[in-house]
Amino acid sequence: MELGFGAEYDAFRQEVREFIAANWPPADGNVKSRENVRAFVEAAIGQGYMHRSIPKRFGGSEQQPDIGKAEVIREELSKARAPSDRIPGNGLVEPTLLEWGTEEQKQRFIAPTLRGDIIWAQGFSEPGAGSDLASLRTRAELSPDGSKWIINGQKIWTTGAHFATHMFLLVRTEPDAPKHAGISYLLIDIRQPGVTVRPLVQMTRQKEFNEVFFDNAETPVDMLVGERGKGWNVTRSTLKHERSGIAAMTWPLSMFRDLVKLAKEVERDGRPAIKDVRVREELAAIEGELLSIVYSTYRSVSLEVHGQEGETFTTMRKLYMTELAGRMGKLARDILEDDFTDMGGARLKWIERFMISLSMSIAGGTSNIQRNIIAERVLGLPRDRVQGAGS
Amino acid sequence: MNFLLSDEQLALVDTVKALLRDKCDPVRVHKMFDVEGDAQFDAELWAALCAMGIPAIAVPEAHGGMGLELIDLAIVAEALGHAAAPVPFLGHALAALAITLGGSDEQQAKWLPRLASGEVLGTVAFGEGKAAWLPGEWQLSAEGGLSGVKTLVPNAAEADLIVVGLQEGLALVEKGAGYTCARVDSADRTRPVDTVTFDGAAAQLLPRGKEVASRVTDAAAALIAADAFGGAERCVQMSVDYAKLREQYGQPIAAFQGLRYQLVKMALNTEPSRGLYWFAAHAWDALPDKAPHAAAQAKAHLTETYLQVTRDTVEAHGGIGFTWEHDTHIYMKRAMLDWAWLGSPSRHRQRAADLAGW
Repeated sequence: MELGFGAEYDAFRQEVREFIAANWPPADGNVKSRENVRAFVEAAIGQGYMHRSIPKRFGGSEQQPDIGKAEVIREELSKARAPSDRIPGNGLVEPTLLEWGTEEQKQRFIAPTLRGDIIWAQGFSEPGAGSDLASLRTRAELSPDGSKWIINGQKIWTTGAHFATHMFLLVRTEPDAPKHAGISYLLIDIRQPGVTVRPLVQMTRQKEFNEVFFDNAETPVDMLVGERGKGWNVTRSTLKHERSGIAAMTWPLSMFRDLVKLAKEVERDGRPAIKDVRVREELAAIEGELLSIVYSTYRSVSLEVHGQEGETFTTMRKLYMTELAGRMGKLARDILEDDFTDMGGARLKWIERFMISLSMSIAGGTSNIQRNIIAERVLGLPRDRVQGAGS
Repeated sequence: MNFLLSDEQLALVDTVKALLRDKCDPVRVHKMFDVEGDAQFDAELWAALCAMGIPAIAVPEAHGGMGLELIDLAIVAEALGHAAAPVPFLGHALAALAITLGGSDEQQAKWLPRLASGEVLGTVAFGEGKAAWLPGEWQLSAEGGLSGVKTLVPNAAEADLIVVGLQEGLALVEKGAGYTCARVDSADRTRPVDTVTFDGAAAQLLPRGKEVASRVTDAAAALIAADAFGGAERCVQMSVDYAKLREQYGQPIAAFQGLRYQLVKMALNTEPSRGLYWFAAHAWDALPDKAPHAAAQAKAHLTETYLQVTRDTVEAHGGIGFTWEHDTHIYMKRAMLDWAWLGSPSRHRQRAADLAGW
């Protein structure tokens, strides 16, 4: 066994560190500046540190896959609080375009997507199509001259649509086909009169997702990704990308560090909460689950490095993390006690986290859908007849 | 990054599993529960494991062992836990580790070759009752002859030597010295335990026994955690298999979402925790600074998980799962010993918190 990536990566790590030290923070100290972020990301692409799996002709750095290097880069960027190459919605569309897009779509969209000149929103869920996504009803019809798609309907829970420029969406193009077979995958510029974006207010008071209405919205006929009626397959590749990724354990680790800090700061009964037996024990129990994630990730990454299948834990990861986030939120609640309801106070972040842990049990496949998938794929239980889960 | 077992380690586990399939089927394990009187271990199975070299794994090559590591012992412990093997592996392996780490040249030369071959049986006496299990908590002393009581000592009655935890560190007490054993009517009849009363027994201190005592108890925690993982995994598999087989309302009960979610919960609690024992053993071998905390976390998390999973297993099986004839109670009772032996999950969490500097 060998944890960490070994001495063979030491030289590479040094090289990455030197690059970051020379380029971040920026000379003028303005870490929020879009120009500074862009200059850093471009320089990092030039070094082969970012967008490593994307071909050079589409603006990536086209490197040999190497999880060790990818992890070293991620660690060093994170330590230096330097910009990463990830733009949330965009990370979903890049691999999909690479896998399914036409040459023209790749040429046109991938480079500006990497640079953040185009920001994508994901148009999947609808008011009547949540977990049962394939029952979606937003429809697209070809215009009489066959030059463009005319889209009508509604999407919902569309994260970031209020600042996105484009959307990749699922629409019904073959109304007479069986439900999975009638769906197509389209790209659309959402800054047009036929598209209305209306933010929804979350229980946290934040506005992150939206309703999006399509009223004779248009997109050129060649904005179809994959074949007409085969959009469901394209979707599956998008979801797969959404649910994998080594960086996934970053946030539970940082939430846990914050939780320990909170337990040290808050006083109860005249001493730090962390000295309370119940708090210590629950923190340690949470740490046990957190370490389970860390070691399972080491293992699945190791399997990946050695070209073996490691699906078991990656299939379980989302549900496991969701439940862990809820448990951390509840311990924070127990530490805060009287301050737990004050959304105008210093502890707002924890009240938000208490709530946001619930959104994790919904977004990107609800916890019950995750359970269905685990039941089928990990435990090998017979396919659920009613839900058709995991499809 | 290579957090995987090597080909040699996978081969070792396969060999042990093949032997267990052959010599440790559930029918045979059930027989241990039907023996009249005191619980016993399965001498034939233990002899076969000794012949295979299992007790030699972590003994240095110079003393007739294989010179391997704790992780190698731990993956064997997982396999034994999976099969609920009625063998005195835990105490024996720990006695050999203690002498390897803390014994004099003479003690090592005298005992290690015979422990490695299985010619003699060793065990460890750590518990003193009232949840005192660990080096800082040991009250017994060898001064003026060893007297006092050690509790839940694995197979003390059959052992040829006992490594005893004392205020002074670790000491060897040989069979025939002044002590008596009373077999506990323990729930887990696959791994008998004794209350040992020392009465002026001759005890030879291990020269480095004081400094290595916590290394040995950390190893114990990792091995218990490994056993717990093996048993829990077996229970999940058993429950999943049964759900596919058992029919009610004209269909396999695996079709019912309520049960499916129970099974998912069991798997979710079990599968991701494997790395806790792997890391505890690996840290013990290679990252000594991290070993005590890793051992405490593995022991706490896995033994608690195991016990809960055995409860879930009864629920998943219904009435048959509550019977003496079903395998479930065997695993629940092993889980009970894993939970209690060396201290409860709660105590190990408190220890992990202390070690984290909280």
